[in-house]
This record gives sequence, C-alpha cells and structure tokens, in this order.
Amino acid sequence: MITALIVMAGLALVLGATLGAASVLFRTQGDPLVDKIDAILPQTQCGQCGYPGCKPYATAIAGGEADINQCPPGGDEGVRKLADLLGREYKPLNAEHGIEKPKSVAVIDEATCIGCTLCIQACPVDAIVGAAKQMHTIVADLCTGCELCVPPCPADCIDMVPVAETVENWKWRYPVFELKVQPATLPAKEAA
Amino acid sequence: MYNSPYLRQNTSVRRVMVTVLVAMLPAIAVQVWLFGIGLLLQIALASATALACEAAMLSMRRRPVARALGDGSALVTAWLIAVCLPPLLPWWMIVIGTSFAIIIGKHLYGGLGQNPFNPAMLAYCVLIISFPALMSQWPGLQGSDPATQLHWVLGGERALDAVTGATPLDALRTGLLGNADVSAVMQSAAFGHVAGAGWEWVALAWGAGGLLLLALRIITWHIPVAFLGAMALVSGVAWLIDPSHYASPAFHLLAGGTMLGAFFIATDPVSGATTPRGKLIFAAGIALIAWLIRAFGAYPDGIAFAVLLLNICVPLIDIKTQPPVFGHKVEPPDGGAR
Amino acid sequence: MLSKLFSFNGGVKPDPNKSLSTREPIARLALPPQLVIPLHQHIGGTPRPLVHVGDKVLRGQRIGAADGNVSSAVHAPTSGHVVAIEPRPMPHASGLSSPAVVIEPDGLDAAIEREPFDWHAAAPGEIRDFLRDAGVVGLGGAVFPSHLKLNPGKSGHTDTLVINGAECEPFITCDDMLMRAEPENILRGALIMQRMLAAKQVLVALEDNKPEAAAALKAAAQSLGHASLEVVVVPTRYPAGGAKQLIRVLTGIEVPHGSRSTDYGVQCFNVATALAVWRALEHGEPLTRRIVTVTGNVERPRNFDVAIGTPISHLFAAAGLKPDTDKLIMGGPMMGIPLPNIDAPVVKATNCLLASSPALFAPPEPELPCIRCGECARACPADLQPFELYWHSRARNFGRAQEYKLFDCIECGCCAYVCPSHIPLVDYYRYAKSEIWARERDKDAADSARERFEFRNWRADREKEEKAAKLAARNAAKPAVKPTDGSAPAADVAPSAGDDPMKALIEAAMARARAQKEAVAAKNTDALTPAQQAQIDAAEERRKRASELSGSNAPAE
Ligand code: SF4
Ligand code: SF4
Ligand code: SF4
Ligand code: SF4
Repeated sequence: MITALIVMAGLALVLGATLGAASVLFRTQGDPLVDKIDAILPQTQCGQCGYPGCKPYATAIAGGEADINQCPPGGDEGVRKLADLLGREYKPLNAEHGIEKPKSVAVIDEATCIGCTLCIQACPVDAIVGAAKQMHTIVADLCTGCELCVPPCPADCIDMVPVAETVENWKWRYPVFELKVQPATLPAKEAA
Repeated sequence: MYNSPYLRQNTSVRRVMVTVLVAMLPAIAVQVWLFGIGLLLQIALASATALACEAAMLSMRRRPVARALGDGSALVTAWLIAVCLPPLLPWWMIVIGTSFAIIIGKHLYGGLGQNPFNPAMLAYCVLIISFPALMSQWPGLQGSDPATQLHWVLGGERALDAVTGATPLDALRTGLLGNADVSAVMQSAAFGHVAGAGWEWVALAWGAGGLLLLALRIITWHIPVAFLGAMALVSGVAWLIDPSHYASPAFHLLAGGTMLGAFFIATDPVSGATTPRGKLIFAAGIALIAWLIRAFGAYPDGIAFAVLLLNICVPLIDIKTQPPVFGHKVEPPDGGAR
Repeated sequence: MLSKLFSFNGGVKPDPNKSLSTREPIARLALPPQLVIPLHQHIGGTPRPLVHVGDKVLRGQRIGAADGNVSSAVHAPTSGHVVAIEPRPMPHASGLSSPAVVIEPDGLDAAIEREPFDWHAAAPGEIRDFLRDAGVVGLGGAVFPSHLKLNPGKSGHTDTLVINGAECEPFITCDDMLMRAEPENILRGALIMQRMLAAKQVLVALEDNKPEAAAALKAAAQSLGHASLEVVVVPTRYPAGGAKQLIRVLTGIEVPHGSRSTDYGVQCFNVATALAVWRALEHGEPLTRRIVTVTGNVERPRNFDVAIGTPISHLFAAAGLKPDTDKLIMGGPMMGIPLPNIDAPVVKATNCLLASSPALFAPPEPELPCIRCGECARACPADLQPFELYWHSRARNFGRAQEYKLFDCIECGCCAYVCPSHIPLVDYYRYAKSEIWARERDKDAADSARERFEFRNWRADREKEEKAAKLAARNAAKPAVKPTDGSAPAADVAPSAGDDPMKALIEAAMARARAQKEAVAAKNTDALTPAQQAQIDAAEERRKRASELSGSNAPAE
C-alpha cells in the first residue's frame, strides 16, 4: 500500500518535472497566437476596431484587452473564426464599432482632385498614387476599402464604390436544399 | 434553379427500396410455408407501425411527409425487423421494436441517410436483451392453425410446448452445454440435411433474393462475398481443429441469419462502409464477430450485435480505406509535379 | 500499331441523341447585323483592344492583342466598322457582362493583307508566337491557349500526341461533322503539332458511335501515309472524351489534377484545334469561325459554321427554336452551362447550343438525403467519393472537401446522373470550388495589404527618424528659428477664416505636401505587380491627357 503510494507520488514528481523542463526548453519563440489572430483579420487596416490596424488589434485580443467582435470588415464569419481559434463563445458583431458592409474600393474623381496628397498620407496600404498638385488615382487591386482616405479629402472627391460582380469573380450559389416544408414556427411552440 | 447534368438516369431511392422488398419475397414465402402465416401478420404490423412512426417523426421535424414516406426506406426497416424476429410474437413487441428502430434508431440521428446504426438490428438487439425468453421461441415446424396463431399474436396465453421448435442454433447451443458433441446434436429431429429442417430452404431463399439484388446492381459483391467467405473460413478452421465442438462451415453458412445478414443486413448502405476495401473489412468483421458469439457467446445468433459493433467502426474503416484518386495511384514520373 | 486500349473506372452511358444533328451537313450561317466579339474568350489574361470606336476593320484583323504570354489574340471575323467597345452580356452562367468589341459588318467581307509566314522554316518559338497572335485556343471547351501546350518542355520531345475527336457528350456533333468534312486538314494540323512537340506517335481517337467520321479519318490517314499517325476507335462511354480519360484509355497514363500532361510525355488537343492550327499556319487564317451544334428543342437541329461573335439568338432563329423551350444551355446536357441571355455571342468555347424543354430534360425530382449507396462513387471517372465531397461541400467544410480531392473532380456530372436521391451533386462542387477560389483571392489580398501596411509603417518610422535627425542638424545651425508644423497653424486659422475653411485646409495640406513631396511620390510605388504598374501607367496617361487638355483648354475628344 505504502509502496504504491510512494511509487505513484514519485512518478507524478518525475513526470511533472519533465513537463516543466520541457515547457522551459521548448518554449516557442515569438507569439504565434498574435500571428494566428492576425491571419484571420481581414487586413483592411481601417482602425474601426479602435486600434491602429489589424496587427495591434490582434495583439490586443491575444493580450485579453480586446473582445473578438470589434472588426466590422471581418464580419460575422471573422468573429466565428476567432471564436473557434480562441475557444471562446461566439458573439455578434459589436455595433459600436460599425456594421458589416459589402466590400468597396475608393475611387477618386480625377476631374475634381486637386492633388493635395492628403489621401496618400491617410491610406494605410499605399494604394493611392500621385504627387503634389497632380491628380491622384487609387489602384483598385490594392485598395482594402478602409475609407480612411475619404474624410481627409478637402475637395470631397473620393467615393466608396462597392466591388462589382464580374465574370471573373462571380461565384456559384449554394444549391437550394428544400427539404424543410415550412419555416419552423418556434414562437408558437414556445407559447404552447 | 438547377444546373447540369440535365440528364438523369431513371432511378430513385424508392426504386431501390422497392427492389429490396421484392428481393425479400422468396424467403418470406418459404418462411410462411414453413411456419405459417404468423410472419405475414408480423410484417403487416411492423409496416403499419413503421409508417406511422415515420409520418409522426417527419411532421414533428417539419419535413415533407408524403415525399419521404414514399421513399420506402421505413418499409424496408419494418420488413427486416419482421423477418428477424421469431414469428408469433405478441403484437406489442413488434410495435416496440419497430417504433424504437424508426424513432430512436433513425430519426433521432437525423432521419434517412444519417443513422450510424442499422435500425433493424438496433430493434432486434433491444428486444433480445429485454425479452430473451420470448425471443427464443420459434414455432414448431408443423405449425399451428391460423386461429391459434392470431390468438398468440394478440398476446393471448401461449401453450409453451406448442412453440418448442427451437432453432438449430439454439438446439446446438443447448446440446453443447449439455456436453453432447456436435454430431450427436445434429442427429436430433430438429436438424435436416445440414442446418436444421427447413432452415436450409430459408437460407437458400435469402441467397436467391441476394443474387437478384446483385444482378440489379443494388448491392455490390464485396459485402456478401467477404461475409460468407470470412464465415466459412473461421468456422472451417475451428471445425477442422475440433469437429466435435464446432459446427461445420456448411452449417454456419446456412443456419440462422447468415444469408439474410450477408445479403440484406450488412449491405444497408447508410450504416455500412462505403469504400470497396472498407466493405470487405466491414463484412468480414461482422462474420468473425458473429461466429465468435455463436461459438462462445451467450446468445444463439450474434449477427445483430456484430453488425452494430462494426457500424461503430465504419467512419474509421472508411477513412482508412479511401481508394486512390485518378492520377494519384502511382508516383508521378521523376518525382515531379505534384 | 496500338495493340491495347486501357479503360478508366466509372463513367455512364446516357442516350447519345447525336443523330438529331448529323442528318444535315454543316451549314455556313449568314452574318448577323452585329457581331459582339468578347475580348476575353480563353483562359489567361484579357487582351488589350487594338481598335477604337469608329475604326474600320477587315476580316482577320487583330482587334485584341494577347496580354502577356498566357493569353491569346482576338480577330474580326469580317470587315466592317467598330460601333462600340463596351461590356456586353457573356455566354456565362452568371449572365454578367464583359468588355467586347461590337462590329457592324459592311457586307464586303474584305480580308486583311496577310503577312507571309513560312512555318516550315520558323523556329518553334516563332510558331508559338504566331499561333498566339492568331488566337488559336483549345476548341474542345477548355479554351486554353494552344501555343502554351505546343511546347515539349524540358525533355524536348513527347511520346504521344492525342487528337481528341471522342466527343462523348450526348447531343453534341460538331467535332463529328468536322471530322467527316475535313479529315485531311485535321490530320495535317495534327502533323504540324507532332513536329512542334517532337512527338513519336499521333493517335487520333474517336468513339465507336461515329463510324462515318472514323472511316473518313482512316481514309485520309491512308492517303497522307504517315506511319506514326493512327486513327483509334475507342468504346463509347461518357466521359471518354475528357482529356484525362482519353489519355488513360489510349496510353494507360493517369495525369493527376494540377500537373501538365507533357510531364507524362502526352499532350492532347481537340480535332477542331488541330484544324485551326493548320488553317492559321498554312493559310494565315486566324481563328474567327467555328462549328456549333444547335440541337435539342429546335425544329431543324444541325451544325452551323458561324463567325465568332454571332449572337446566339441568330443561331436559334436559323434552327427554329420551339415555343415550349424553358431554358438554353451552352454545351451538352451533362456539363453544359445555363445561358441566361439569348443575345450573348458565340465564343471560341461554344461547341453546342442546346434548347431544353420540360419534355426533353425533365426537371429533377426533389432532392432527398444521401443514402450513401455509393452509386456515385462507382460512376465517378476520377475515382472520387462524390458523396463525401457533397457532404463536406454542403456543410461548407471546404478544407475537408479538398482533402477528399475536390479539385480532381472534372465536373463531368456522372455522379449526379446516377444518384437515386436526385442530389444536384455537381452544383455543390461548383459552389465549393468557387467559394474556395474566392477565399484564396481574399487571402492573397489580405496578405498583400498586410505587407504594404507593415512596409508603410516602417517607412513612416524611418521618415520620422530622418526628420528628427535633420531637425537636430538644423537646430544646431540656427538655434533661434522655430520650425513650423504645417497642420498646427491651419487648425488655428480655419475657424477664424470662417468664410473659406476649405481653402485653409488645402493650403495647410499643400504646405505639408511640399515638405514630403519627394518621399511620398517616389516610395509608395515600390513592389508593384505588372498589373498594378499597368493600372498606374494608365492613370498617368489620363493625367497627362487631362493636363494637356486643361493646358490648351480644348474640349474633350
Ligand atoms: S476593424 Fe479594421 S483595423 Fe481593425 S482588425 Fe478589422 S480590418 Fe483591421
Ligand atoms: S485608397 Fe482609401 S479606402 Fe482604399 S485602402 Fe487606401 S485609404 Fe483605404
Ligand atoms: S449516389 Fe447519391 S445517394 Fe448514393 S451515395 Fe452518391 S450522393 Fe449519396
Ligand atoms: S462530377 Fe466530379 S465527382 Fe461527380 S462523377 Fe464527375 S468527377 Fe466524379
């Protein structure tokens, strides 16, 4: 009996020590969690989450300072993925930070642009080209649709245009699966 | 809105299920001829219960009732339950078994196509565990008059000695427990040429129905061949080692539910393995476990338990036996582009 | 002599229905009042338009130039005037529009003068460029630019060149009729391809339900008398005409998804492509016409030789569309795509136009749950487990679907054809594939945005440091002068200016812009892809034109 106890206790000690040593020896470098979170965030870099970009928000989530439902461009799906990754409860997008919108790109009205470069400075991903006093243009492929360039423009010449569906990016729809006859009348059931 | 292919083969779940029902007819006829019309009453009762339960569950799950009822899958389950059970059981047992199969075995898992266990075998196991005595009473071969049979089905008193026609497997088990050896037991009246009087005919009729299913491409050869092959192999090896304690392969192939299991039960697509190699493993596994239960277990026939045990393994079997995809069978030349 | 044929697993045998459209010979269809020639008709980059609205074009004139090497040119099928260059509805399941050149024929059909090209003397690379500029793409439906495939690769030679005339889909007969009409020229094209690929043997394969075409080809092969050229008749089983399946049947080689068949020493072209190659090289004729089967629910099903860009309605008018038609399909009944718009043009990929009626193709019965019967797996020519793909695609579990090799699915439709539960299986695969592609696009965009954001932050930090260093240097030199920050006075001025806050803002902006002019203009255009560079160039162009215009005060063109 006593031998058994000693053996078990000894075993526990040895295993615990090994585990502890392993965690010190094989500690992962850097913080992969931040990168994993950052990989889920849409990289729009719009700051709607309250942080100056996606990476800072990712760091804040990893540090437990921010909630997972503050990124409107990531939308519902983004929240779900974060909840999955972090093993947290899903929660709907926090409307304080904005609502999910269809993806848009900024377009500069080239006739009105005065070449002030203010939008260039605002753009987090260098999607605007142009030089002082010359007309500016947005490279649509690079624009993330963050809208940060819209307010600084003194001539009010930047519009957000939703990305149009084209033959190239058109998607096949989810096939309708019409097995259910009528929509579930849950409220009635609850009342009963 | 639907897209290509716009051409469809003329086939449907209903067609598949009706073919299975038709293929069951020869064996049902032989059993009725041997044991009387009890089986027909049982089939009618099971069918009615199954359809009623199916309809109730579908409407509770808000699915289109008429369409799903028409697919015939509930009827196949009902008929399989009815033919597995000894005829002339009291009606409430049929009702319990069938509704268990449909409600718990099928719809609680999500309905057609979703059930991990063979519903008919689930019902059989529930009944044999709950009512072992009733489940081992097979009527005598000579049969009794329809009125008495009806009386029993309605739950009336049973004159026990009139139902003593133990199945060959039962007889073998009792005999062996009584230290008799196999050949001695086989001499007794219950045994016909190989596997008990009349039973060979039932088994052969199941086999004939199975061949029909094979010919109509409802099932593939994998499951029956692996099932019967494995059964013959294990029983043959044991029989060669000790013929006085283990029955011959011929007996095992023709006795009990072997043929029914090989062609109609293990081939249930929903709860069975789907890959070709997986089917072989699945069926061989059932045969092996069924033989083990027959030879060493506490129940006379173990096919139902074996099927359920292998049902649990199906996801694993399927994952491990995925057939190679076109172009991925051999290494590309010079280890190249992949 | 090919001693042995192989076979592929699965496949189905639907009713071929081919005799409908083989009764009449190919008819040359008159030109429509307007031709709509989409710029993007093939796999790869969208060609740049070479003409302007109002230009006069001649038959065979290049109107769109290949954009890079993975692209192909487009040409005017007749002479006339360009009346518009604008997005027009495409023959695509989406019914969306793409840029197209609209030509009004002048009825003269005057051809452009051909530059002589002696392909016998030309290097393979030159021939490939010529074919690219002649717009030759695969005409079997995949429309992959042919010049890219006519390259033997590293090894410098190919074992087998397969010319695909199997045409396994029901209803379609355009290749069949072409093989009957021009067997010699097809084979001559094949021999040119053989030379380019340095192929040891050429196998012209067709299904055994086309005896006339087989006889014609065999006779032509005899008269050409090439020992390495052989006409092979393969058993009829859909999809024997799929490139991978046909290669398997003829050579036993299985080319996996995502690999090039040249790596396996095989290359496969459609018969019509072989003919297009011959015409381009021998006669200098670019690809501007093709054979289209018009069949199904029409009065006079037959094959038409039509100019690319002809509106589909024009073909159906010629064949007599029956009134009870409920939908139009481009391609065959197994793999065809729905055509939402009858005015979309015939493109290089249009092999068949099929009118459907409820009697011809009954709408499928309602979908039931999958019973895992495995019929689909037995029918799948790609040896997939379609029900597993379906299961994961339906659950939007795309990772698992890819593990079950979703992208090896050739969308042949055999699985849905046999499914007793009437599940539109292929629709689920198409959905899953396009979702996965969309996600990959999003991910690439996000990655590039992250990179550029990080680069920008790094640059901002560096600039701050540089500025601080400069400031320190200046402060050391002239300690009395206080540096002015551009935005600070603007903020003070703006409210007091009142009448024109905008102007103040602009001035402030300009001040700041001056300070940063060099840095900004030069540095944010690093690391651009060619496409982005092109976009920027275009913008610069516009900008130049705009400033020219404002300089001269001339009205816009
Ligand atoms: S809200 Fe904007 S900045 Fe914040 S994580 Fe989302 S995309 Fe990035
Ligand atoms: S161009 Fe405007 S909307 Fe687009 S990424 Fe830059 S700042 Fe955001
Ligand atoms: S054929 Fe249909 S029902 Fe059968 S396994 Fe395939 S998808 Fe399921
Ligand atoms: S459509 Fe895809 S999964 Fe279905 S049979 Fe064809 S290749 Fe197989």
